[in-house]
Amino acid sequence: MFITPTGEEVFVIDGHTHFWDGSPANQLNIHGKQFIDCFYAYHTSLSPKDKLWPKDQFEKYSAEQMYQDLFVDGPDDMAVVQSTYLTEFYKNGFNTIDRNAEMAKQYKDRFIVNGAFDPRDGERALEYIHYMKETFGIKGVKLYTAEWKGESRGWKLTDPNAYRCFELCQKLGITNIHVHKGPTIIPLDKDAFDVHDVDHAATDFQGLNFIIEHCGLPRLDDFCWIAVQETNVYGGLAVALPFIHGRPRYFAEVISELLFWVGEDKILFGSDYAIWTPRWLVEKFWNFELPEDLKQEHGVDLTPQAKKKILGLNAARLYGVDVEAQKRKLAGQVRATAAE
Amino acid sequence: MDAVLVHQDRKTSEVWKRLALVTDPELDESVTDLGFIEFVSVDSDDGVDIIFRLPTYWCSANFAFLMADGMRRAVLSLPWVRQVRPRLRDHMVAEEINRGVSEGKSFGDALKDFASGGSLDEVREKFRRKAFERRQEVMILALRGVGYEDGAICRMDLGTYDLIDFGSKEVARQKPRYRELLVERRLAVRPGDRAFVTYEGHPIKRHEFASYMQRLRGVRINMEFNSSLCRGLLAARYGELDGGVAERLPVNAAPCGGCASGCAVRSGGSPATTEKHSAALA
Repeated sequence: MFITPTGEEVFVIDGHTHFWDGSPANQLNIHGKQFIDCFYAYHTSLSPKDKLWPKDQFEKYSAEQMYQDLFVDGPDDMAVVQSTYLTEFYKNGFNTIDRNAEMAKQYKDRFIVNGAFDPRDGERALEYIHYMKETFGIKGVKLYTAEWKGESRGWKLTDPNAYRCFELCQKLGITNIHVHKGPTIIPLDKDAFDVHDVDHAATDFQGLNFIIEHCGLPRLDDFCWIAVQETNVYGGLAVALPFIHGRPRYFAEVISELLFWVGEDKILFGSDYAIWTPRWLVEKFWNFELPEDLKQEHGVDLTPQAKKKILGLNAARLYGVDVEAQKRKLAGQVRATAAE
Repeated sequence: MDAVLVHQDRKTSEVWKRLALVTDPELDESVTDLGFIEFVSVDSDDGVDIIFRLPTYWCSANFAFLMADGMRRAVLSLPWVRQVRPRLRDHMVAEEINRGVSEGKSFGDALKDFASGGSLDEVREKFRRKAFERRQEVMILALRGVGYEDGAICRMDLGTYDLIDFGSKEVARQKPRYRELLVERRLAVRPGDRAFVTYEGHPIKRHEFASYMQRLRGVRINMEFNSSLCRGLLAARYGELDGGVAERLPVNAAPCGGCASGCAVRSGGSPATTEKHSAALA
């Protein structure tokens, strides 16, 4: 729970977190090393100095650490933990649903565990979606369209096999499709994180919500054009939000664009834990005000009401969380744990 | 002996100046300002070795190729240079790119085992447009800053543009950069030609100006995201937050004073570098 300086309670759902193992022991090859190194560079370059982790802790952290950072030291009430496999780079996968679910089991009512699938697996992908639904009751998935697989260096949401997966997701009520469309991490000659395929898929699957993590940055304009015409497209703030620290004016421009085109009902907070921890992000976000000239220019404002939606209420709607009931469930939990 | 060394030093310095003209196609900023160039040396046969690196192991292969190729061309334009060997390191396709560029292969051929290939002309064109639009927005905002109305900007001709004194050092540095692209694309050449037109060469209509500017702003926001992220990632990757890059520049380097972005990387202080510094005007 985040308590504002005036004593108001704000319910926070962290829409984008990870419980990964990027340690050398789990790295399969140089790519695995470079992948976590790149994440660490994100962490280093966009965090306040006093929030920096040592490299070995960043590579692999414990479930207890995660709980502490998000819910005890951090203001999160709930967190969506995403799955990203990267089995070409990591022996046991980078961030699998089994590992996530195991961790989540220890902390009642805190985590929403999302799965992942790879449409290039064909029939096996469909079986896997069934398995995840039956075993973990998932409501969402994280898709990583640039993931390597044998000869393939990526896939598109519009691939026929992806459409078969979406049809199944829609049928099973796995409605929240988080898609990484952000800065280039595993790029090729043609960028696998280009946002254009979202347009087609979102139009064709009206029963699904497409949450575009990192808002398509650096293709914010493309993302905005798509989001403005598709009612089921949302923007996740991970990676955009940390600019609030080093370059607040720049963050103001990005959030103004998002408020203007996408609207406050369709933007989701995400810390991208463990790249960033949520406390400082939420605090800075709550205290942030749009500069007057940008308010005038765009005709938008980042009001307390908008902030509340972005920090939790929008995600609660997507995941069917009854905020008041959830608050009652969680009341006293942190204290109980801290006292142990 | 000393004379030879001085001679080599001067040649190395000339190479740095040429390299400063090469831009990262995505950011429209000089590869020397960005700190991508790690090492330059000229051997006794007038062969030039260049070692460069990028912010991440995963940086786009096509951009890396364009930069390596750009470096080769820029340095080859020096009359005394016999051979140029740009070498990318710490990158997932470094080997393919280094071999491809040294053998003069196309991007598609150089990386055909790795990617679906294709021509880079389309990419090049896309980024030339972005560079044009970003430089244009910088100048329009600067004109507004010194009191020009939008209507007057729409109608302004090149002769008038050339005569305006902006006062700000940074804007003065940006001014020729926009002009350079106008001339390169033949969008405005004579003093009477309109100085502010679309990339296709159409006049910008007064009533469409606001929405046109909105689009330009979008281009800037995207490019700034990349630029800011790349600088940060490079600094984090190579531990050069305090200007390790600057130490390798030929002339005393000054902190980056132009981009107002709080970027940690310093820009070079040599005339050529300063001239080409494309800062993100906030």
